[in-house]
This record gives sequence, C-alpha cells and structure tokens, in this order.
Amino acid sequence: MTTEVKHITEYPVYAKVLIGLLVLTTFTILVPWLDLTAFTALIALVLASTKAGIVMTYFMHLKVEYILLKILVIMVLAIYVSVIILTFSDYIFR
Amino acid sequence: MDHIEMQRDDVGAKLGMWVFIFTEILLFGGLFLVYAVMRHRYTADFHQASLQLNTFIGALNTVVLLISSMTVAMSITAVQKKDKRMATILLCITLLCAVIFLVDKYFEWGHKISMTLYPGTDLMQSLKHGYILFFSLYFFMTGLHMLHLVIGAVILVIALTKVRMGLINDEHYVLLENGGLYWHLVDLIWIFLFPLLYLVT
Amino acid sequence: MTGNTNLHEEPSYLIDTGKRKGIMAWLTTTDHKRIGLLYLWSIMVFFIVGGILGETMRTELFKPGQQFYGPQTYNAIFTLHGLIMIFLIVIPGLSVVFGNFVMPIMIGANDVAFPRLNLFAWYLYILGAAVVVISQFTGNGPPDTGWTFYAPYSTQTHTNVIAAVSGAFILGFSSILTGINFIVTIHRLRTPGMGFFKMPLLPWAIYATAWIQVLATPVIGITLLMIIAERMFHIGFFDPALGGDPVLYQHLFWIYSHPAVYIMILPAMGVITEIIPTFCQKQIYGYKAIAISSLAIAGVGYFVWGHHMFTSGMSKEAIWTFSLLTFLVAVPSAIKVFNWVATMYKGSIDLKPPLLYAIAFIFLFSIGGLTGLIQGALATDIQVHDTSFVVAHFHYIIFGGVGFAFLGAIHYWYPKMFGRMYNIRVANVAWGFLFIGFNLLYFPQFIIGIEGMPRRYFDYLPQFTWAQQISTIGGYILGIGFIILIVNLFRKNGAKATSNPWGGKTFEWQLPSPPPMENFATPPAVPDNPYDYD
Repeated sequence: MTTEVKHITEYPVYAKVLIGLLVLTTFTILVPWLDLTAFTALIALVLASTKAGIVMTYFMHLKVEYILLKILVIMVLAIYVSVIILTFSDYIFR
Repeated sequence: MDHIEMQRDDVGAKLGMWVFIFTEILLFGGLFLVYAVMRHRYTADFHQASLQLNTFIGALNTVVLLISSMTVAMSITAVQKKDKRMATILLCITLLCAVIFLVDKYFEWGHKISMTLYPGTDLMQSLKHGYILFFSLYFFMTGLHMLHLVIGAVILVIALTKVRMGLINDEHYVLLENGGLYWHLVDLIWIFLFPLLYLVT
Repeated sequence: MTGNTNLHEEPSYLIDTGKRKGIMAWLTTTDHKRIGLLYLWSIMVFFIVGGILGETMRTELFKPGQQFYGPQTYNAIFTLHGLIMIFLIVIPGLSVVFGNFVMPIMIGANDVAFPRLNLFAWYLYILGAAVVVISQFTGNGPPDTGWTFYAPYSTQTHTNVIAAVSGAFILGFSSILTGINFIVTIHRLRTPGMGFFKMPLLPWAIYATAWIQVLATPVIGITLLMIIAERMFHIGFFDPALGGDPVLYQHLFWIYSHPAVYIMILPAMGVITEIIPTFCQKQIYGYKAIAISSLAIAGVGYFVWGHHMFTSGMSKEAIWTFSLLTFLVAVPSAIKVFNWVATMYKGSIDLKPPLLYAIAFIFLFSIGGLTGLIQGALATDIQVHDTSFVVAHFHYIIFGGVGFAFLGAIHYWYPKMFGRMYNIRVANVAWGFLFIGFNLLYFPQFIIGIEGMPRRYFDYLPQFTWAQQISTIGGYILGIGFIILIVNLFRKNGAKATSNPWGGKTFEWQLPSPPPMENFATPPAVPDNPYDYD
C-alpha cells in the first residue's frame, strides 16, 4: 500500500510555473492575429493542452504522485479523446 | 455514528478527489463535444459570433485564475512549513481572485443581457443558427464553469477557516490539498474555455 | 477449514449497539452491511411497483384494442416502468446491494473507504427516487417520452419531463459517489498481502463497474441538464428549428446509456462467478481471463454506443465502425460464458437455488447475447429495429441476466445477511415458476418482433394476438413465482444458518452468520488462490 510521503514544493518553483503559463497565454491571444486560418484552432488547442499539462504536473502535483495515478489520468484522457473521434466518425462523413 | 473510526488514509482521500475530478472532466467533456459538433457545422457563424465577446475581459479572467491557482498551490507549501500567516494571506488572495473573476463575469453577462442577447429572447430567435448556438453554448459553458468556481471558493473558505483554527496543519492538510485540486480543475476548464469561446477564428 | 480465527463472539451487525435504536440506528448507520440492506429494501419496494406496472401493461395487451386504460396512460406507464426498472433498480442494483454487503468483506476490509459518503449516496438515491415519483403527480401529467427522453420530443411534450429528468440526474450523482467509493476501497483497503490477482472475482467485477459509473454517468448528467435548459431557455442544441441536431442527443444519451448496460451486467457476471465454484466445489476455470475480461468489457463497452443509432441517419462510416466494435465486445462476454461452463465440467454439482439461478442466467444471457448480435449486424437490424424483438432481447439480458443473477445472489448470501436459512424446496419451486414464466413472457416477443410488431405500441394487429396472450399468461406465472419467492424469504421460521452453509471459500464464509459489526478482529490470512477447492 502506498503511504503518504510529504513533498514540499518551494515557492519559486510555483512562481516560475506561473510565468511560463502567462507566456503561453500571451501566445494564445496572439495566435489569431497571425491569421493562420486552418491551423489557428489546432494551435490554440495545442497551447491549451500544454497549459493544462503544466497545471496538472506542477500545481496538481502529478509530477510527484505515484505511477498508478498518472496512468489513470492518461486513461481518462484517452477515453475522452476516443469518444470525440468516434462521434466525429459520424459528423465528418455525414 | 455507531461505527468504528476508520484509519486515516490521506492517499485514499486524494485518490477519491482525483476520481471525482475525472467525472468533472467528462461532465464538461460532454459539453465540449457539443461545442465541437456545432462548431464543425457552423464554422463561419461561430467566428463572427465570437467577435461579440470581449477578449480583454476573457484574458483578464485567465490571468486572474492562473494567479489564484498559483497562490492556492503555494498555500499548501505554507501549511507544510507551519507558516499559518502566509497560508492565510495566500488563500485570501485566491479568494480575492475568485471575486474579481465573478465581478468581471457580472459585467460581461450584464452587457449581453442588457442587449437581450441570451437564449429565449426575440433577438436571439432572429439570428442565424450558428449565432444562436454559439451564444447558448457561451452561457451554458461559462454558467456551469461559474457554478464550479463558486463551489470551489466555498471549499476554500472552509479550508481557510480550518487553517485559522489550526485544524489544517503540517500534519493534516489533505482537505486543503483536495480543495486545491478542485480549484485547479476550475482553472483547467477555463484554460480550454477561453480560446474556444473568445478566440475562434 | 482454515483461518477461522474470526469466529469471535461479537454481537451481529443486525443488533443495535450504538446510542440510537431501531429505525434511527438504520437511517444513521455508516456500516457497509447495513447500507447494503437499506438499498436492498428500497430496491425491493421499487421493484414491486415496477413489476405491477409491467403486469398492467401485459393485461392491457391481452387483446387488441383498449381494455381498461387509454394510449396516453399506456405511454406514461411504460415510461414510469422504464424509469423505475432502469434508474432505480438495475443500474444501482447488484453493485450497491452486494457491492456494499460482501465486497468489503471479500477483500478483508472492515468497511468502504468513505462510510459517510456511502450513506449520503443512499440518501441521494432516495431523493432522486422521490423526485421521479413527484414527476408523476405534478405539472401537466406524467412524462410520456419513454425512459430514453429522446429529443426533440422530450423538449416539446407538455408533460412533466423536467422533474423526471432532475430525478435521473440526482440518481446519477448518487451512482458516481458510490463508484468513487468502491474504486478507492478496492485500491486502498485490500487486506495486507492481497494483490489484485488474489482478489475474488466479484470485487473485480465491482471495480470495473465502478469505473464505468464514474466515467460514463457525468455524460448523461450534462445531457439531462441540456434537456432542462432546452425546455426552460430554448438553447437549441437538439432543436432543428434553431440549428441543433437531435441525433446529437442520441449520441450523448447512448455514450452513457450503453455503458450503463455494463454497469448492470458486470456485477451480475461477478455474482455468477462466485456462485458457480461454490456449488461445483471446484476451482474457477480461467481466473485471470475472467478478471481481465471484466475490464475488457468495461473498456470496449464504452465505444459501442452507436449501435443504438443505426437507423438514426448517422453516417455510413460511423455505422460500420460501431458495428465492428459491437462484435468485438461479444468476445469477452463469451469468454466468461465458456469459463463458467468449463468450471462446471466434472465438478460435484449441488443443485441448490443459487446455482439454479446461475444456470438460468447462463441460458437466458446467452439467448439475450446472441440475439444482440442480430441487432449488431447492420442488415438484420433494419428489420428488427424498434420492434418487440428489441424488447425481448433487452429483457433477456436485463431481466434474465441481471434479474436472475440478483435473485441468485439473494439466495446465495441470504444466510449470511440474516443468519437464517430459507426453505430450499419452496425456493426451487419459485425458481421453476420464474424460469417458465419468463420464457413464456418474452420468447414470443422475438417472433412477433421479426414479424413486425413495433415496441411501445398500445394496440396491435389481430395476427399478433396469440403471442401477446402467451406473453401475458407468462407474465402472470412470473408474478406468481415472485410472490412465492418473497413469501419464502420473509417467513421467519428457517433454521439458524451456520457460518458456511454452502462450503464457500471466500472471506465472508469465514465470518459468523450474520457477521459482527466490525468484520475482522484480525486481518484474515490471504490464500494464494481465492477458489482453492482441491
């Protein structure tokens, strides 16, 4: 049985993460101005996913959690993505 | 309670919170699926309609939520270091951010509602289909998100009170951790809502 | 027998030892065994109501034309029958009753991970049930949409859909909380030394079920909220007049409701897997295959929802994909069936009531499963879609499968729950009535379904009369069977049960009957193999 290990993350780490997230947010806002048409949505989603990944890794402490929890998170996201793909197997071809 | 006290299990409590977060992800997931389908069908309308939203307010709220996420994460560090004063300050900043977010939303929604641009009005019925669906999704998604934000804030108020009372301390802080996890979920959802609603082109 | 250190002299969980006595002690309990029984009583009450509704429909259908109530009442009654049977009985069903009562004991735990949350989930369940009941008597009459709430009808009918949908939403929340509780329990509270592959197979099934509850239920939650918003604010997601898409509702609905079928059937399979080795006194055949096929069913079952929508106007590509995936999910189900039969082979079979129910389960579930493939195949589905063939298939799986497994489970754990035996001969007679009545009731529906009898119709052509009459008579025989069964279980004159009346090997049979409030004084010794009969 896994027992709780106390992980203390120091304040500067969180501050750096926040700066990183703010930089990515700036990119997110600037992307539509670049006028990349078809790729805008894709880039926006990639940026958002990156930000979400950072929040989960550092703020939500997935980085220091046990392996099983990481696997579960990946499984849930994989199931959700599969559901979207299957639904679009209807809408794209209709 | 006529039952024996269970052994305390912080890892179990956190696992429970994570599984609950999974359900929340799929709850919003259903909504994002509707968004994806409708945007696929009405791409041009969605682009036009999203120009009606104020990108500045959206961006401001994004920043506010990111800062609040950082402070709530830091408050755990403060509790672990037995720094009660710091933990209090950080949690208060988090709650202040929640209030700023709600005030922003009040003005944003208020503006739309004063234009009678919300589901069910005559103005809405007269718009193109893609516009109707965009604004319906806008109100539904941000409304549900706001509900979660309020619930998260209530949990953090409880955590703050317990920190003051010393019930959350460097030995017992799983409630604060779980409240923090929930708060990060609120942030996570906004990270996706912001580009999808405000920056569609 | 080994490991009987737990036959200690503690008062049983049925005796109030706390401050509160009587009904209050039950309503405030956090003991998993008592909560299991709370669910059992509530489910039994709802089942009687739902069963009576079903019998009135059969009576109405005895002859063509109107007998004693009209079409609108008929619509309301099949809706309520579906709501009660699906949302109040089979979805929580085995998982909440036996998942609560025996699962923690089977893994050597003293309770679930979050006992108070467990009780709260029961209250939510009762609240949801109450809201469903209220929906029948308020607003503009009881809902007439069927349990599926298909848009756009559900967004336009004048009946009281909002209340019924809210009830279903609350029930879903209750189901999610139970799922979270069981996942954490199985991860964290297994007794020291019990790895995942030393667990009995019912906890495996409950574990797989809990994941579906957690990952599928939120989707129906948000969908039901959309229905409410659609009715109150005209948001237009499912309304073609506003640009929405009714087929999208079907997608969202079945993304939950197909996995929900596995929420119902997986614990039933788990129960059967417990009963068969005990009454054949034989090691279960293919332990790992059964364990993993539970997860496989849960996993693949998540991706087959589209097979409910072959005639909805979905794209051809999607239809092919979903048909293929549907055939795939039959594989792990068949693996289980073969393993059960292989376990019985050369076992010393003891035909006690639980095993009779288990055998009936295998028989009825196989018919239900194979007729499912007829609907999974594209060409034949066009013919049988929305006919009483679907009704028969569904009831073979859910009633013949889940229902018979539930009855088998009650007869199996009854001595453990109440510390008494029941009359075995009477139980066998009840089983006979149920088995014969069930087949008379539903098998003719396959035949007239292929001939074109639509489902949910109040009236029918005279050529279907013979089958409808056999069905109705079967329905009455089934009803008699239930009366015998209930009377038999409620008679209080059975002999006192020993701790292990059937010769089972899992932990619950090492405890006294009924078990003490605190299950294990000392952690039980974990055998390498939970079904070690050799």
